[in-house]
Amino acid sequence: MTQLALVIDLNVCVGCHACVTSCKQWNTSGSAGPLFDDNPFTRDPTGTFFNRVQTYEIGTFPNTETLHFPKSCLHCEDAPCVPVCPTGASYKRENDGIVLVDYDKCIGCKYCSWSCPYGAREFDEQQKVMKKCTLCVDRIYDESLPESDRKPACVLACPTSARMFGDVHDDQSEVSRAIREDGGYQLMPEWGTKPSNHYLPRRKTRLNIQEDELVRVDNPLKKEDIRHETSKNVSLDDWLM
Amino acid sequence: MHPAFSVIFLTTLIGVGQGFFLALFTEQSYSAVNLLPAQESGFYVTGSLIALAFLVGGLFAAVFHLGKPSYFITRAWRGMTQWRTSWLSRELIAMPLTMGLVFLYMAFHYFGWDADIFGSPDTTGQLTLVLGGITTVTVFGLFICTAMIYASVKFLQEWACVLTVSNYILLGGASGFTLAAAYAAYVAPELVGFYAGWAMIITALGLVSRGASLFRNSRIKYKSTIQTAIGIRHNKVRQEAMGMMGGSFNTREYFHGKTASFLKSIKWIFLVLVFALPLLLLWGGMDGGKGMLVMAFIIQYVGLLFERWFFFAQANHPQNIYYQTV
Repeated sequence: MTQLALVIDLNVCVGCHACVTSCKQWNTSGSAGPLFDDNPFTRDPTGTFFNRVQTYEIGTFPNTETLHFPKSCLHCEDAPCVPVCPTGASYKRENDGIVLVDYDKCIGCKYCSWSCPYGAREFDEQQKVMKKCTLCVDRIYDESLPESDRKPACVLACPTSARMFGDVHDDQSEVSRAIREDGGYQLMPEWGTKPSNHYLPRRKTRLNIQEDELVRVDNPLKKEDIRHETSKNVSLDDWLM
Repeated sequence: MHPAFSVIFLTTLIGVGQGFFLALFTEQSYSAVNLLPAQESGFYVTGSLIALAFLVGGLFAAVFHLGKPSYFITRAWRGMTQWRTSWLSRELIAMPLTMGLVFLYMAFHYFGWDADIFGSPDTTGQLTLVLGGITTVTVFGLFICTAMIYASVKFLQEWACVLTVSNYILLGGASGFTLAAAYAAYVAPELVGFYAGWAMIITALGLVSRGASLFRNSRIKYKSTIQTAIGIRHNKVRQEAMGMMGGSFNTREYFHGKTASFLKSIKWIFLVLVFALPLLLLWGGMDGGKGMLVMAFIIQYVGLLFERWFFFAQANHPQNIYYQTV
């Protein structure tokens, strides 16, 4: 079975919000209608987004680190938002595991958003239906696009390649390899939702050198020290040579 | 969570309607075995009409919980399709079913339709007894469905508890029996003592159940932390930016937007209005004082609005971890 998902590398995400804007641009222009924006250019702008980048500070000054944290629907394998929907508008696709909302069936009761511990769903105040990340389902299967473009908009926009897209059930895929080899983890594993999207942790490469390793005990230079003290009496030769 | 007035009115109004129907049917079934004086059919017809009015009022309030009220006509019928998995869908089936049965109960009493089902020609109202029994089952079913909508959301740990179900049944029952006591004061004074007595018992049981859930919720341990939410193993993590400037659905739907002291004062207000004052007024109205009993119902109902507001506001959603700079 296929489970399409994103793998987000927190080690290289620089928090530029390119994934946010490209997601908004693609998904507000599709046949499903615009993603609502209220007061976009004045005070208190608000609107519906499928993807957001948050920023956290870890540690206490001066030992701090900034973490940029892109957050969107995780397309859980055991998605808790789907069974609670009274109308069947929320569903998980059998063939690729994408969790979608049928905007024509949704009654806007918001019950699914209560049943998502990640706050991944956002209510559209204009269309009055629940919306969420579609993993650009209208793009990844579009055969009119060149094959290299058949990826979610956020993945294509990322300038640091922090976002990977693929089938996490295929153990040979790029995303599966990244999860396996680079320590991919899931958010809030305590709820048993089995998120399909994984995050790669911040990683640091450190040289582990002991102090005594810096000085060679059997340094040949020391055995027969051929270096001479420099003369305090500067001669003309010191200037010329 | 952000308390939505549509749901506050829906749950309290149908609670009164359901409890009031139970009070009516209790009278009929008790009188069938001569435990209570029998009543004219008018008692049940007017009573069922009042119960139905509360149920319809609740349904009307529910319409405003939909994205658009027009979805009630164009889309809400789909809400009955997912009863296998969704408690909300089950409620959408139980509610019209209960309303329809209460209407039939009223109609059968009004037209005096009867049949000898039990094989004892002396007992009158056998058909309505059977119908009322079925309606009682659906009334309890509706109570359970309504409560399980909240109790089944495991992420809202304040709600995910059997006490949510007992609270909905007992508080709905208490308000219904208090209304029945006030109703009886006008049309059947001999029943006031029975209804007021049971209203006090159910209110007291409601206090035990609601008190237990308040006690539980004040000591709740949240499963999710900022560490599990973003997967960073460090004790000191502070959110700098939520990913937006002017707020979003996430900052509106899951926060009550009031201070902790406001929340606390609502708790004491509802404890006085739902339990303390109605108990005193019901006790004072045991001898049939109409004003006392009507006041008891009104105060208890207003108190239940506060109680339901607090019920929603107190629930803390794990997604709030991602929105700490609200």
